[in-house]
Amino acid sequence: MSRLMSYREALNEAMAQEMRRDPRVFVYGIDVADHKRTFMSSKGLVEEFGLDRCFSTPLAEDAMTGFGLGAAIAGMRPIHVHMRVDFLLLGLNQLVNMIATQRYGSGGRFAVPMVIRAIIGRGWGQSFQHSKTLQSWFAHIPGLKVVMPSTPRDAKGMLVAAIRDDNPVIFIEHRWLYDVVGEVPEHSDEIRLDGAKVIHPGSDITVVATSWMNVEAVKAAEILKKRGVGVEVVDVRSISPFDCQTIIDSVQRTRHCIVADNDWTHCGFSAEVAATVYEACMGQLRAPIRRIGFAPTPCPCARPLENEFYPNAVSIIRAVEAMLKLSETDLSHEDFYSYENKFKGPF
Amino acid sequence: MKEKELNRYLYQKAYLIRRAEAAIRADYASDKMKTPMHMSTGGEAIAAGVCQALRPQDQILGTYRSHGIYLAKTSETDAFFAEMYGKATGVAKGKGGSMHLTAVDHGLICTSAIVGTTIPVAVGAAYANKMQKNGKVVAVFFGDGAVDEGVFWESLNSACVMKLPVLFVYEDNGLAVHVPAEQRHGYKSIIEIVRQFNCNVFSSETTDPEAVYNLALQAIGAMNKYQQPSFLRLAYYRYLEHVGTNEDFNSGYRDRAEFERWRKADPVELQRKKLGKWFSEGEITAIERTIDEQVEGSIKRADEAQFSQPQALYEDVLA
Repeated sequence: MSRLMSYREALNEAMAQEMRRDPRVFVYGIDVADHKRTFMSSKGLVEEFGLDRCFSTPLAEDAMTGFGLGAAIAGMRPIHVHMRVDFLLLGLNQLVNMIATQRYGSGGRFAVPMVIRAIIGRGWGQSFQHSKTLQSWFAHIPGLKVVMPSTPRDAKGMLVAAIRDDNPVIFIEHRWLYDVVGEVPEHSDEIRLDGAKVIHPGSDITVVATSWMNVEAVKAAEILKKRGVGVEVVDVRSISPFDCQTIIDSVQRTRHCIVADNDWTHCGFSAEVAATVYEACMGQLRAPIRRIGFAPTPCPCARPLENEFYPNAVSIIRAVEAMLKLSETDLSHEDFYSYENKFKGPF
Repeated sequence: MKEKELNRYLYQKAYLIRRAEAAIRADYASDKMKTPMHMSTGGEAIAAGVCQALRPQDQILGTYRSHGIYLAKTSETDAFFAEMYGKATGVAKGKGGSMHLTAVDHGLICTSAIVGTTIPVAVGAAYANKMQKNGKVVAVFFGDGAVDEGVFWESLNSACVMKLPVLFVYEDNGLAVHVPAEQRHGYKSIIEIVRQFNCNVFSSETTDPEAVYNLALQAIGAMNKYQQPSFLRLAYYRYLEHVGTNEDFNSGYRDRAEFERWRKADPVELQRKKLGKWFSEGEITAIERTIDEQVEGSIKRADEAQFSQPQALYEDVLA
């Protein structure tokens, strides 16, 4: 049985069901248990499971990251939550030097079943310390899994799988996706943590997207479909391990590839995708791969500058037109996503 | 436990550490052990005393200078030496080396090459033990350099506010690599600061393994009684260089005279003398010979063992 629910409700349901199923699962982090409950994703968990299993911590990201490792090695299954991925940077030593290496460094004797939920954000003045993504940083490190679900169904199924996984999983959630509504099964079925997915079929060009950029890519695909241009959108979903085959299969059909990553392009995940596609499809590509990402600057606060910083459906449409040598589509009557329709402020 | 038996155990642990490290020193120049050695020699009282106070199921974590606690907690030398020689039979199949020791079955969770990094891991393990109501005690060993790190204070604070059963063992040799505490600590007394936390605090200059054992028992007792962490500061003198197997008294940062003062209260000799109360010289020598043979046998097996196969490089990255 599926029903409609938001991405935030899907995350919440995944945690609640897993905590019911397995007493070893607990969730913690700064403000996890306060009245806002991490944008309501941990709603109801304190009431049902108590403050032993859903608790707010001192402002100590470094220690609390190592805390999760210790708890995981000693028999628990922690979910550590960061309201912004930017805060997780304070725990990088534990993440990279300790968590990622413990299994290897113990000759395979340890498992580290730990989920680190990191919210990435955008909009309404988040500026440069509340807006990073950093998936390529984490995915660069052997020993970590990194996923970025973009639909409510994937949010639930992949979080369930992440909690049950015996490895450390960085689970990256875009704040804007929290309000996206979609079909989500009632049962806690796992969705594998190593698979990309075609979320919009098309035969003319492949757009490989991560996280929120999937929403923008699907919007672009729907607009271009009206003029007969088939855009295939591949949601990467899992950054590490990386399912390159689904992408290669798509590009071998369309012979065109744009990578729309929710991050900076320089030394970023989009470069990894491009390199992988070139290695497999060099002779079949009809145009050089194009990468779309954040402007190569820190993220600014003011709305007009912020709009310049982020790519969107329009950027994707223009890139597709350029690659396929099409005239510019008239977008004057199109309705694009605006965060201001969801949230007008103030905080 | 009878006093005689206790003191014999303490001597066996202390002697094993001293003997195993003497064996490392004897063969290090051959370059068969390609791993940076941070030697425990001089600190045997802490490793032997605290580990003797712990039960087999209790857990420990340490630093890159952890030969002592590994040997004291496990009394095992086959996997230990195999790891030093980089062999497939080592604790981490040769992937960890001297700085990354683990012995899950004996409660040694891990050691780390980065100062302070195992402290929060111990706090998390203590939380897991509390949740599982298994009564296990976690002891984490770290040097006086670790309290320069923010993560020490984050971990101490978190453990105190969460009232977790963790024993912080502060191994105070007065040096962080080569820099003395007075050049690093902008305060008068770590003990007085930690006393302001909801934490039981103990401190001693002793190099007597039995005295350390008794103090560790008190610290664990207080932890259980008051349901809060304990902090145990223990002084010792690092006999050898920061990394490597040699003395370094001609390096200019410390004086041989200081070593000679500490040497008068050498933990291994101190414990050996005490055994005279219950054992004849012949009996003590027999205890030592048994350990000598254990060490020599382990080294022989380690030397003869195979390295991991090339494909092992790719194993154990993920579960």
